[in-house]
Amino acid sequence: MKHWKKIATPTIAIIIFLAFWEFIVWVNQWPNYKMASPSDLLPAYTKYWNLFLIYGWQTLWRTVVGLLVAVIFGTLLGMVMGFSRTMRDALYPLLVGFNAIPKATVVPVLALILIGQHNLNTVLIAFMISFFPISVAVSIGLSTLEPEYRDILRSLGASKWTIFWKIALPKTLPEFFGALKVAVTLAFIGTNLMEIVEPHGRGLGHLFDSGKINADYPLMFAVLIALAFLGIFLYYIVVGLEKIFAGWAERPQG
Amino acid sequence: MRAKGEDMANLIDIKGVTHAYKTENGPLPVLDNLNISVPEGDFCAVVGPSGCGKSTLTKLVAGLMKPDEGEVWLHGEKVTSPRSTVGMAFQNPVMLEWRTILQNVLLPLEIVPNKMTKAQKEERGRELLALVGLEGFEDKRPSELSGGMRQRASLCRAIVHKPDVLIMDEPFGALDAFTREDLWQTMHALRAEEPFTGVLITHDLRESVYLADEVIVLSGRPATTQHVENVKLGGRTDLEVIYTPEATDILHRLRHQIEIAQGRAPDEEAA
Repeated sequence: MKHWKKIATPTIAIIIFLAFWEFIVWVNQWPNYKMASPSDLLPAYTKYWNLFLIYGWQTLWRTVVGLLVAVIFGTLLGMVMGFSRTMRDALYPLLVGFNAIPKATVVPVLALILIGQHNLNTVLIAFMISFFPISVAVSIGLSTLEPEYRDILRSLGASKWTIFWKIALPKTLPEFFGALKVAVTLAFIGTNLMEIVEPHGRGLGHLFDSGKINADYPLMFAVLIALAFLGIFLYYIVVGLEKIFAGWAERPQG
Repeated sequence: MRAKGEDMANLIDIKGVTHAYKTENGPLPVLDNLNISVPEGDFCAVVGPSGCGKSTLTKLVAGLMKPDEGEVWLHGEKVTSPRSTVGMAFQNPVMLEWRTILQNVLLPLEIVPNKMTKAQKEERGRELLALVGLEGFEDKRPSELSGGMRQRASLCRAIVHKPDVLIMDEPFGALDAFTREDLWQTMHALRAEEPFTGVLITHDLRESVYLADEVIVLSGRPATTQHVENVKLGGRTDLEVIYTPEATDILHRLRHQIEIAQGRAPDEEAA
């Protein structure tokens, strides 16, 4: 019963959202070149299903690779900033400044430097846009470790590595997963930014672009919904990992 | 209790320890020529005005800090770094929330070298938990326990590796009065079963009299040994002993010493 409810609740919410969307378009009598409605999407999917599969896969794997790089780099950077006050003071302004730069402006630069390296370009943008929350979360998690935790292990003669492995790392996991949930959606934005701004015939971004060129608005909306679907899919994978590795942080409600 | 000991039977010897923290406004002296000796098996309580450097003392004994001057000796060896023959319990009974209570208690055995098998370790942990009244809570998460129960578990963790010295920094300070009394009795139960030399930092005089063999009163900051009180209550461990005339006398003397340390009463002994 409870399990059933867990899936039914969000499903019903999505259905209500789609119905509302359909209703708004119908009430305003918008033609589908102005605003497509959910009922226009199904023909787009059935017509181009093979393209959705191919391009969807390209978008997905490049996002996941970008995200993995962001996790590794973000965690290492977070560790450096979490353990060293000097490094934190030195790196924070740089990091915030870098994050404030619109990544759309970085796309042409990257495309020029790494000309022809479409996959690498896309992965890099996905990585750049998504590592920030991870490194901030890890650094805060590590720097706010209560001194008693450290003292208990240090007084037993534990090495720094043991303290990190046994306490700091698991203690930081809830913050890490919180940040990873944000990073997942950011990475999708990064991938698509590259695919749309510098089209090179790959990914859902390219499909969106060809919809735009051919004035096929239902196709464009269908791409957006497909992206949303991939985002939700990856998000729930992260939720699953969080349950396995940081499930202890969840308190019973009520 | 000897004020200054060259005696090797002392498990803990703090000799002329002076320490200051570096702050932006220059050095802040916290300990000034402190001398404390605790014979093996004794339980020593350290009381003093708040902020007088009691917590610094625990860190020095645990080897987490080095004193500016003076020496700390444990078992006839000079302390220069942390050693696994020390167990620690803090006011904040930090538990690793992702582990069960039993796994938390067994944490020191993962770090201190030992020859125990997994089964032996678990048995040791379960025995200790039963001793402090936490039987049946072995597989619970720390978040499911009350503050008093967490402190009981943290005491088990502090002694699971059979340390020579148990250092407690206001372990019962955050508990309500009745839970605190329960834990005092638990302390006596642990002492009966586990041989360790105890150092208890506290600001509760009744607690110090009930639990300790000697009570050391520190002066206000920078702290030095102001008064040493031998507590002889005939080995009684029931709570009623606190209300006997002997205990009341000791409490009065300690109270007076604290007032001197706070600078609120004239120091008659100095006159």
